[in-house]
Amino acid sequence: MTETSPVASAPAKPRNFFAALELDTRLIGMIGAFIVICLIFNFLTDGRFMTPRNLFNLSIQTASVAIMATGMVFVIVTRNIDLSVGSLLATCSAMMAMMQTVVTPEWLGLGLNHPLTMPIAILVGVMTGLVIGAFQGWLIGYLTIPAFIVTLGGFLVWRNVSWHLTKGQTIGPLDANFQLFGGINGTLGEFWSWIIAAIAIMASFYALFRSRRNKVLHEFPVKPVWAEVIIGLIIAGAIAGFVAVLNAYEIPTARLQRMFEARGEIMPEGLVQGYGLPISVLVLIVIAITMTVIAQRTRLGRYIFATGGNPEAAALAGINTRLLTVKIFAIMGVLCAISAVVASSRQTFHSNDIGTLDELRVIAAAVIGGTALAGGMGTIYGAILGALIMQSLQSGMAMVGVDAPYQNMVVGSVLVLAVFIDIVYRRRTGDKT
Amino acid sequence: MTTPLVEMRDMQKSFGGIKAVDHVTIDLYPGEVVGVLGHNGAGKSVLMKMLSGALPRDGGEIFINGKKAVINNPRDARNHQIETIYQYLALADNLDAASNLFLGRELTTPLGFVDDALMEAETRKIMKRLNPNFRRFHTPVAGLSGGQRQSVAIARAVYFNAKILIMDEPTAALGVQETRMVAELIEQLKSEGIGIFLIDHDIHQVKAMCDRANVMKNGQLVGTVKVADVSEDDLLGMIIAGKCPPNGIPGPGAIQFA
Repeated sequence: MTETSPVASAPAKPRNFFAALELDTRLIGMIGAFIVICLIFNFLTDGRFMTPRNLFNLSIQTASVAIMATGMVFVIVTRNIDLSVGSLLATCSAMMAMMQTVVTPEWLGLGLNHPLTMPIAILVGVMTGLVIGAFQGWLIGYLTIPAFIVTLGGFLVWRNVSWHLTKGQTIGPLDANFQLFGGINGTLGEFWSWIIAAIAIMASFYALFRSRRNKVLHEFPVKPVWAEVIIGLIIAGAIAGFVAVLNAYEIPTARLQRMFEARGEIMPEGLVQGYGLPISVLVLIVIAITMTVIAQRTRLGRYIFATGGNPEAAALAGINTRLLTVKIFAIMGVLCAISAVVASSRQTFHSNDIGTLDELRVIAAAVIGGTALAGGMGTIYGAILGALIMQSLQSGMAMVGVDAPYQNMVVGSVLVLAVFIDIVYRRRTGDKT
Repeated sequence: MTTPLVEMRDMQKSFGGIKAVDHVTIDLYPGEVVGVLGHNGAGKSVLMKMLSGALPRDGGEIFINGKKAVINNPRDARNHQIETIYQYLALADNLDAASNLFLGRELTTPLGFVDDALMEAETRKIMKRLNPNFRRFHTPVAGLSGGQRQSVAIARAVYFNAKILIMDEPTAALGVQETRMVAELIEQLKSEGIGIFLIDHDIHQVKAMCDRANVMKNGQLVGTVKVADVSEDDLLGMIIAGKCPPNGIPGPGAIQFA
């Protein structure tokens, strides 16, 4: 072999402390960027940015865009684009709003705030997203109309289907149970938040253990045990820290009192309760895990990345790339519907302009998160971090008092800069794709 | 005479008005390397793509072990144990060696998730046999050399017990050392009773590796010859002038002498 590189993939001895941890440098870079942004805004706002209250708000503001961004990763990885997500979100939101304000209370005679309303509305919304997404995927995959055109058309069509469904009216207030997905109106409270944290920590320890055992079983090189322990501790610390912050955001006394009154109880004097994990953020976490498992552990995910890397090779390997396109856009549609639940319940009503410009935020989040428009590259966690970075820039600037037009100028520039940094990073690390 | 492993009868394919493959009939026996030669655009790759299922055929029949075979897509071809090693290395550049080797046929855990560790272990095993110097199991194949990439493609064919192997200029992108490795590998596969169609430009290569050769010109078969019976000049004459030597079997594309 003329070019066989002597650099083996199994280095016997890690060179230094950080090399032994085998950390993902891209992930570290993005977390670093997020922390820098937080510190700068914290300084500029005299410590108001990094309060539990603001971090709580940041998490619920990010949820809607982040949920869609995970699906956009698959779309962009396969060299497609989806410009219709904001409009599709609006159509799903309109469908669900009409379901819970007209169809279930009046046509089905269930009345307002019936326990069945929320599940029926969400089911209808998800089906709407699934069908529309699959239809767009069919146009792209089977009729070979470029994704850009199909979704540009969809951008206009679904925005106005939403308008048609509601006759242009704002629909609200939404069902009380439905509103639980909105963030501040639906949180788990301190106790259950800690339970979730404990489950998450145990699950990640188990995953680390499993992965190590699997490697040992096949006699692959493994990290030193101390490195695994440190990584485990970092993960546990991050999870616990996140929940601790959300729990530290206290429910105002007056509001807490109302909550006790609603249950017919009397609030003990001097009781302090934190909000805890918002349900919308829990939804995001569940979606993030599911999408990551799809990307890394299923054939579907493998085919998505293979098709993105070399569509011809994928087809020659017997992968049905047309059906794959339908599946990807169907997933995107379902995620738009779930985002619609979060977005509309957060504002407690459906409005005509819901999700406006979301397509750009979602694409930007995925791209800032390292998804390459050339296809084949992208991660779910990157897209979520991308959404978080954009949202923190936006709310940080709002807190500092930057006018909206200037905010958009900064966010736009950051998008371009982030992609440039990514290109330089890839050139340095020798990633050709 | 034994039944041929593959028989392609009266194969036809046109693109627009151009007959890329014009009534071509060729066959292949077990343990045989059969060359498919011709200029660029002679139709040799198109002919082979119909066998590998990458292109649908306009007409003609394919027989595998004497039985008529239905091959409409790459999956059908794989079910007949036909594997192809393409000229332009049909690998997904962003995936690692194991993911490429098992692409479309991933090994899964009982729960249906892809079993990367098992696939890597299997890949390590087969690469140890084919190319012991191969060690970069975790980098995307974009970062590998031409020979390393080609060994991944060959490993894919060998691992899945190909009976019929189509090699489209397997050594075009390789250095001298790597070419020799591929040649040795072809010898080895041949001795295991695998039939190989070798598409190539290189006359030396064909003389060295093939048992028989089919020459195509303008979509038609010029003729089929036993490589040992003809000279390199004879082969060149077939490719350039379409002239079938007297000890070959002329096809419809051979120029007729009055």
